[in-house]
Order: sequence, then C-alpha cells, then structure tokens
Amino acid sequence: MNSAQMVLMVAAVLFALGLVGVLTRKNVIFMLISVEIMLNAAGMAFVAAGAKWQQPDGQIMFLFILAMAAAEVSVGLALVLQIYHQHKTMDVDRLRELRD
Amino acid sequence: MILVWMISILLIGGVACWLVAQRNQLACKWTALVAVIAAFLLPIIWYIQHTPAVGAGNNWLIDYQVKWIPAYGIGFHLAMDGLGFIMILLTSLLGVLAVLCSWNEIREKTGFFFFNLLWTLAGIGGVFVAMDLFLFYFFWEVMLVPMYFLIAIWGDFNRRYAAYKFFIFTQTGGLLMLLSILALYFIHGQQHSGNYTFDYFALLNTTLGNGATARWIMLGFLIAFVIKLPMVPLHSWLPDAHSEAPTAGSLILAGLLLKTGAYGIIRFVLPLFPDASASIAWWAMLLGVVGIVYGALLAYAQTDLKRLIAYTSVSHMGFVLLGVFAFRQMALQGVVMQLLTHGVSTGALFVLAGMLKERLHTRDINQMGGLWTAMPRMGALAMVFVMASLGLPMLGNFVAEFLILLGAFEVSPVLAVIASAGLVLSALYSLRIMQKVFYGQIQTITAPPADVSPREWIIMASLTIAIVFLGLYPQPVFDIVSGVVQQVARL
Amino acid sequence: MNQLLAYIPAFPLLGFILLSLFGRKLTNPVIAIIGAGTVCLAAITTIVLGVSFLQTPPQGGAWQQLLWSWFRVGTLSVDLSLRIDALTLIFIFIITFVGALIHIYSTFFMRHDADYARFFASMNLFVCSMLLLVMADNLVLLYLGWEGVGLCSYLLIGFWYDVPSNCRAANKAFLITRIGDTALLIGLFLLFKELGSLNMGTILQQAPKHFVSGGASITLITILLMVGGMGKSAQLPLQTWLPDAMAGPSPVSALIHAATMVTAGVYLIARMNGLFQLSPVTMAIVAIVGAITLFVAGCSALAQTDIKRILAYSTISQIGYMFLALGVGAWSAAIFHFFTHAFFKALLFLAAGVIIEALHHEHNIFMMGGLRKRMPEVFLTFLAGAAALSALPLVSAGFYSKDAILWYSWSAAGGNPVLWLMALAGAFITALYSTRLMLVVFWGDMRSPVHEQPDKGMIIPLIVLAFFSVTAGFIEWPHNLFHLTLFSDQVQQVLPQTVMKENEPSEWLFQGIAALVTLSGVYLGYVLYYGKSGVRWQQSPGLSATRDFLFSGWKFDQLYNYVFVKPYLFLTRINKGDVIDKLYNAIAQGSMRLNSWFSVSQNGSLRMYIVGVLAGILFIITLQLLL
Repeated sequence: MNSAQMVLMVAAVLFALGLVGVLTRKNVIFMLISVEIMLNAAGMAFVAAGAKWQQPDGQIMFLFILAMAAAEVSVGLALVLQIYHQHKTMDVDRLRELRD
Repeated sequence: MILVWMISILLIGGVACWLVAQRNQLACKWTALVAVIAAFLLPIIWYIQHTPAVGAGNNWLIDYQVKWIPAYGIGFHLAMDGLGFIMILLTSLLGVLAVLCSWNEIREKTGFFFFNLLWTLAGIGGVFVAMDLFLFYFFWEVMLVPMYFLIAIWGDFNRRYAAYKFFIFTQTGGLLMLLSILALYFIHGQQHSGNYTFDYFALLNTTLGNGATARWIMLGFLIAFVIKLPMVPLHSWLPDAHSEAPTAGSLILAGLLLKTGAYGIIRFVLPLFPDASASIAWWAMLLGVVGIVYGALLAYAQTDLKRLIAYTSVSHMGFVLLGVFAFRQMALQGVVMQLLTHGVSTGALFVLAGMLKERLHTRDINQMGGLWTAMPRMGALAMVFVMASLGLPMLGNFVAEFLILLGAFEVSPVLAVIASAGLVLSALYSLRIMQKVFYGQIQTITAPPADVSPREWIIMASLTIAIVFLGLYPQPVFDIVSGVVQQVARL
Repeated sequence: MNQLLAYIPAFPLLGFILLSLFGRKLTNPVIAIIGAGTVCLAAITTIVLGVSFLQTPPQGGAWQQLLWSWFRVGTLSVDLSLRIDALTLIFIFIITFVGALIHIYSTFFMRHDADYARFFASMNLFVCSMLLLVMADNLVLLYLGWEGVGLCSYLLIGFWYDVPSNCRAANKAFLITRIGDTALLIGLFLLFKELGSLNMGTILQQAPKHFVSGGASITLITILLMVGGMGKSAQLPLQTWLPDAMAGPSPVSALIHAATMVTAGVYLIARMNGLFQLSPVTMAIVAIVGAITLFVAGCSALAQTDIKRILAYSTISQIGYMFLALGVGAWSAAIFHFFTHAFFKALLFLAAGVIIEALHHEHNIFMMGGLRKRMPEVFLTFLAGAAALSALPLVSAGFYSKDAILWYSWSAAGGNPVLWLMALAGAFITALYSTRLMLVVFWGDMRSPVHEQPDKGMIIPLIVLAFFSVTAGFIEWPHNLFHLTLFSDQVQQVLPQTVMKENEPSEWLFQGIAALVTLSGVYLGYVLYYGKSGVRWQQSPGLSATRDFLFSGWKFDQLYNYVFVKPYLFLTRINKGDVIDKLYNAIAQGSMRLNSWFSVSQNGSLRMYIVGVLAGILFIITLQLLL
C-alpha cells in the first residue's frame, strides 16, 4: 500500500465520519461542522491525487474548496442564526419547513 | 399585407388598451372598440374592392410571405382563400360584438381584459390565415393563453377549475400537434433532400401514403383539432369553460375557438393526409353522430343555462365532424355554413344568457320563468335563436344541417338517419330553454328586469340579420368557398 | 299573372315584419288593420289569380315564379320559386279566404288581450308559411313552410304562455310534429339520393322511369313522406298533440288546427301522388291509417266534455277520412273533403270561441245548455256547421264530400269492404257526437249565464262560413245525381283520376246506406241526449271505464309517457353530470393520489434527504461496479 492510498483511506474515513455526523446530529451547528469535515476529506483526496500525478491541480482544487467552505460556513451560520431567531431551536427534527 | 395590418391592429390595440386603462377606463373601452371595428372594416373594404375575384371562388386571394427564421425554414407566411376569408369575417364580426357585450360587464382590470380579448382575437385571426405550420402553432398558442386568463380572472364562481381544464385539454392537443408538425417537417426534409421547411404549400407535396407513420402524424393533428371542436369523448372541457367564462369569453369560445378546430381539419388534416384520413372517415363520422346525440341528451338535462347552451355546441359540432368526413362537396359546403351559423346562433344564445345573468344574477333556469312578460323583446330575440339552434328553415342553421345530412346520407344512410334523429332531440332541448326561461309565470319577486338596452339591441339585431340572411340567401358564402371545397372534396 | 304569385305570401309576411318590429308602439286599430288587412289583400290577390286561372288556364296547367336562387351546391339546386296549379289554388284559396275571415273575427275576439300585436304577427307569419308550403315548387321550400307552420302553431298554442299547461301543450305539438318532420326530411334525403333532384316537377316526371312499382326504395320513401304527413295531420299514432293544442285561442284552433295546417299532410300526399301510386303497399297503409284514425278519434270525441276537444277529435277523424280517400286512390274526393271541411270546421271552432267567450271561458259543454234562445245567430250557424260535420244528406256540404269518400272506399281500385265499414262506423259516430254537441249546448236548461253578446264583427264571418258550409258541396255532385263535376275537373288537371273496380255495385245503394246511417246516428243522439237522458248515460257505472278510456284518447298519452317520456327523462337525469367527464375527473384524481403518495417522501427531514442522496450514490456505484 503506497502513501497515496493511505491518504485516500484517511480521506474516506474522514468523509464517513462527517457523513455519520450529519446523519446523527440533531443540532444544526454540529451538522455544519460535519459538513466541513466532509469537505476537508474531499480536499484531502484532491491533494493526495495531486501528489500522485505530480500535478498542481490537486492543490489548486483544495484552495477552491477552502474558499468555498469559508463562504459556505458564513452563509450557513447566517442561516442558522436566522433559523434560531425565528424558531428558537437548533433541532433539525423540529425544523420541517422543507416539507411544503 | 392587409392581413398583417389586421392582426397588428388587434395586437397593438390590445397593448394600447392596457396602457390607456391606467388613466381612463372609458377611453380603454373605446380604444378596444375602435381597434376591433378597424379590424372588421379592413376585410370588408378589401372585399368590396375585390368582389369579382372572391365571388368567382378563386383559390388564393391574398398571399403575403417574408422570411422569418430562414435557418430552420420558418417563414412569416400569411395567405387567405375563400374559407379563410369567411372565417376572418366571422372573427371580426364576433370580435366587435364581444367588445360591445363586455362594455358594462367588466368592471375590474378593464385594461387587461381588453388586452386579452384583443390578443385572443388576433390569435384566432392568425390561425385562419397562417400558412406556415410554425406560425400556425404560434398563433394557436397566442389565442390559447389570453383565453385562459379571460376565464381564470373574469370568470364565474368555479373559474379556476374551468380555466385549468380548458388549458390542459387544449394544451395536450397542441403538444400532440407540435409533435406531428415536427415529424412532418423532418419527413419532408428527408424526402426533398434536406429542404427543411414549415411552409404549408411545400409540405403539401410530402408523400405519406397510408402507412402507420402517416396515420400517427395525422392523428396528432386530428386530436388537437377535435379537442377544440370538440368531439365526444374529448368534449368535457367545453361545458365548464363556456359556463364559467364571462359573456365575451363564451361568445368567442363558442363562436370562434371551436371553429379553429373545424378549420384545422379542413385546412390541414384532409389535404395533408388524404389517404390516412379517408381510412378513418367512418369512425370519425360515427363519433360525430355520437356527439350529436350525446350532446343533445346532456343539454336537455342541464339546469344551468350556459351549460345547456354549451352542450348544444357539442351537438352542433357533431354535425361538423360528420360533414367533414363525408368527403362530399355538399356536406363540406354545409360544414362551412355550419361554422358560420353556429358561431352566430350559439354566440347569440350566450350573449342572451349573459344578459339574463346580468339582470337576474343567476344562471339556473329553474329560478327563471315568465320573463316574456317583463322582456318581450328579449323573448322574441331568444325565440329566433332557439329556433335557429333547432334548425328551423329560414334561419341559417337549417341550410347547413340540411346540406351536411344530405351529403352524409350518400355516404352512410344509417349514420345520417341517426343524426337526423338528433334534430328531434335538438327540438327538445331548445324548447326547454324557451319554456323554462320565458314561458310560465313570472317568478322574480323584485322589480321585473329591464328589457333590451340599445347597446344590446345593436348586438342582437346584427346577429339576427346575419342569421336570417344566411338562412334565406346563403349563396354568396357557397360561392366564396366553392374553390376550397371542391379541392378538398376531390381528394 | 306570374308576377302576382309572390304577392300572396308577401302580404302576410309584410304584416308579420311590421307587427313584430313596431307592434308595441301601434294602437289596436292599426294592428288590426295591418294584421287582418294583409291577409285580406292576399285573399283578393288569390281570387284575382283564381278567376284568371279559370278563364285562361296557363300553359302546362301552372304558373311559376322564380324569386331567387336559394342555394346551389354541387348537383343540388334549390330555388325560392313559387308554383300555382289547380291543387295549389284550392289550398291557397282556403288559406287566404278562410284565413281572412278568421283574422277579421280575431280582431274582435282578441281585442282585450294585451299581446294583440304578437297574436297577429304570429297569425300573419303562419299564413305566409302555409302559403309557402303549398306554393313551393320544390320539397325543400315545402319543408321551409312545413316547419314554419309548425313554429307558428307552437307560438300560438303557447300564446297565453303564463299558464304552464299551455306551454306543455305547445312543446308537445312541436315535438310530435317534429318527429314526423324528421321522417319527411329523411325521405327527402332518400329521394335526392335516388333521383338527384328535389324539384317536385322533376321528381314526379322521373319517378315512374326510375323506380320499379312496388319496389323497396319507393315504398320506403313514400312511407317516410307519409309519416311526415301523419305528424302534421295528427294521424295515428302521432295524433296525441292535437287535442292538447286546443290550449291556444279559438281562432288559432280554427285556422291552424282545423282548416289549414293539419291538412298539410293531405296536401303532401296529394302533391306527391306520382310517388305514392308507385307503391301500392304505402297506399294501403295510408288508407288503413286513415280508417283506424277516423274510428279511434271519433270514439274519443264521443266521450269528451270540453267543446274544443270534441272538435279537435272530430278534426282528427275528418282528416282520417281524407287519408282514407287518398289511400284508396280517390284523390279528388280527398281534396274535396278538405275543401268543405275547412269551411265547416273553421265555422264550428269560431262559433265555439264565441260561446266560450260569452260564457266566461267555460269549456265544459255540460255547463252550457239552452243557448238556442240566447244566441240565435250562433245557434243557426253552429247548426249549419254541425250538419255539415255529420254529413246530413243533400242540405250540407259535408254530405257531398264524405259520401264520395264512403263510395270510393268500397268501389275504388284500392278500396275494400272493411275500409268501407270503418268509414261507415265513423260516419255514424260523427253524427252521434255532433248531435250530442248540439243538444247539450243549445237545448236544455241554461247552466251558465251569458255575460255578453258577441260583436257583429264576429258574427259576420260565422255567417259567411255557414253559407259555404251549406253550399260549398254543390259544386261537385255524385255521378248518379246531376253529375256535376266542377271541382274534380279542375283537380284532375293535377291529380290522377280515381281508378274504379270493375263491376262496381250500385252507387244509389251506398248513398242510401250512408244517409240512413247518418240519420240513425242523429236519431240515437236525439234519444240519448234530448232532455235529461244525456245525464243518465253519463252517470252509468258500467260505461264509465269505457268512457274514461275514450276520454283519455285511448290512453295514447299514458302509453307514450311510459314508453318514451319517462325513459328519456330517466336517461338524461342520470347522465346529467356526464359520465365521460367522470373519466377525466378520475384521471385528475389519480394524479392527485400519486402526488399524495410521492409527497410522503418529501417530509422536510434533512436527514432523510441525505440518506436518500447516499442511497442514490451507493445505488449508482453498485450499478457501475456490476456492469
């Protein structure tokens, strides 16, 4: 097993952890953090791939992901704030606005 | 060029109405009236100038063609023959009357109403003269969407339901037609070495024969048109749309929109697919007869006046289907006549129903009765059109139905006999209108409703003159369309 | 002379147009002048034409005038074109002359009615349509008149529209005649298909060459035409509308439902004689229908109590005689009976109208009585009419026409003893109910007071008609008596001569029997109804069931009610909502249901969505790996 595969394994584990977090957590903020973990897992996979093929694209992609994650967190947190203002709760199970 | 003028007057007039209505409601009505009258006068003036050519039954009277989207073979091609001329004349006459009869009825969003009304009229006018299938489809949609708004915004109690139903039915047909148009387009292009075009006259040269392809393409067109016509069992949008629409809407629906279906069959289905349509002729005639009888049975049962009249349209349009697929010159002449006279007579009945509703605030005939005492003039007018609808000679409908039945009898005596039985049923429902509404003891406790006002008098008088004229001297119409009819009957 | 033809229908048409447009603004005298005047003008024109027709008969026996071409489509060419020959002349004479008298009478009869103008407008339109019917030179124009008179009949039966039963009667009349009309229309289609023309001249000319005598198609055509005639002429089984049609004003009953419109069927068959002669089967059916009708309706007339319904049933019965005559091939006898019947039946209806008005709308004859002294002019004229109806020998017009029919029903080529016996029974019944009518109304005690004496203007038409009811028969005497044939000479220019059986029995014998039967009918009536005896018969319990049966017109109405009306109403009622619409609603409901199923998955839980996405990804990856 070479190093690239190792890194990919770590990335996969990280991704799974994040996914489990999104699925099991009730609090929206924790879910956001879990999504961040998943994003980072994807970034790690890109970096590993870049290292494997000796191309800069992997790193560039990670930079994109970083920027996007920052934007996502800011928008997400703003939404979370709004949700908290309106519903006084962070529990996703009680926030079923998407249904209709 | 005159056709372009006519359509653009209506389109521009519609926009103008909308703009003017922001400032002044009355000015908006006058704008609409001036626009439709101008659109009405154009073909008449043209007719006066070109009478001999028209009377001789020449085929193409006006042909106007410019390129539109040449990359796809789409042209802006308008042309008019005798049939188109007759239909244009009917469109503009009923257009004027539609504006007149909405004069007091529409109180909200007047500007938008007249915009929709004029655009529908423009669409219908376009349908009757468009000789490019893409353009035809375009006009087909132009008349549909404003009509949807007319029903959905100014309709009666159950207007949403009716408007949706109308839209879904017609749109389904329209999409099938679009598929067929495209199929025809590609088949023609392949046959004529890449000469892809939507032009009607070019597509006429497509050889299709009587294979399964031809059958399917023909059915696509036919279904779109028979939904509009409407044919039983595709008729069920009609009573809802007619009864919920405002008076002008019902007038245009019954008087003009249904005619686009029949026109489409005569103009497109028969010439484009002569063999395929001949092969289903008997079935189409059968469905026509079913429509005659079934519509009459349903009409008799109704208690809602406008619904009753709507079902009579189903019955009358059955005659159209019967006549078209008889492939006889006489029957086809009768069909054209039926289109005209049904437009006039049923339109008049809807206008009457609208007047009654304005006065009594109900459409339920069980709550009417004895109105002759209060409104003798309206009673007499109603009598004329009720008699027209049951096919009394002297009035236009008789000539039409007589010729259709006479033509159909040569092809299929059995069907013609059953259709004639429809005449007895038509007497049943027609007399029921008179009996329930005008005969009997007066029921309203409040002050008796006022008789016909001058504005209404103008509307009804022009319709009455039209129906009597068509009944006693229909020959000009027959002469004008003879060229078209002979061509179709020869197929 | 040709140019005058159009004026005859044009005058009443002008009256109709003026009255319907401006009727509400005109005063009653002006309306009366327009209404009655136009018909009088038509009558004068007719008489001028008639005189010149008799003096200088036109070439080919007919005048023709083309007004304009109605429609020419393909091989069909229909013109608005009028034609007068001897047969038509008799009809237009009756229509305009009797029509004018009835119009004059109506100007007084209807003077208190609010809808004076509407009445005369409809009457004028009727006269115009009826004239077009008989003057038409093609069957389509005839059909125009045919439907036009139907419309006017409908308008006038329902003239007093605020009474619901009147409207029902009007609808019934229109519908039942419409059934006949439709049969006629189908007959026209068939004729056109066979002969390629609807012009009467062409049809009659080509029919013998084209059709095989007694063939299926000609039989079918003539039966269809006959059904059309049966509807209009109220023959069995389409007779039920006429008694109810009496709901209209009395002048209407006189003009439309006695003198003119109901004989349109007779005219049609007589006009199309060339076709009917080609089909012996149809001729036999016409005769049988006529014979049965005259008997059935005569029996019903016996049991009626409403004076106008008695007359209505007697009209059906008399038209039955005309059909019988047509069926046995006694063409001119049928037309002659039409001619005399128009006078005496119009007279009877008008006189009945006078009585009804004088007694304040009392229709029941058993509430009348004793009017002989109080209304002597009406009594005398009514007597003349009733005598003609019961065909009193020698002194009444009805004798000459009905006797000829009785004679031909045995001796003509198509006649046979059964038909003769039926006709004879009918003659007996006719005499019986005429006598009953006279005795109950004019003799006995006075049971209702006379409110007002009739106007002179109403009496004068009665006297004129009474004069003709007595004398109209003198223009045609039986063969064995003077042998004067003024009428049939004219008619036989158009209609074929009656073919007689070989070795016919003595005509004297038949006349004797007929006269005897009539007189015994009168005598029986006298025995039963003179003094108090009429009441006894009426109350006899054993007869009451029969009486009810006859009173209801042999229960035809009830039968039709069960066989046609109820099923039709049931059918329309259950399908009011339109089953086909249910189908589309079911489609709509089906999609709503699908929507509700699928929307279960859209529950708003973020977690479920992610699981869904994950499951989708895994599914796609698995698919990728497997394939």
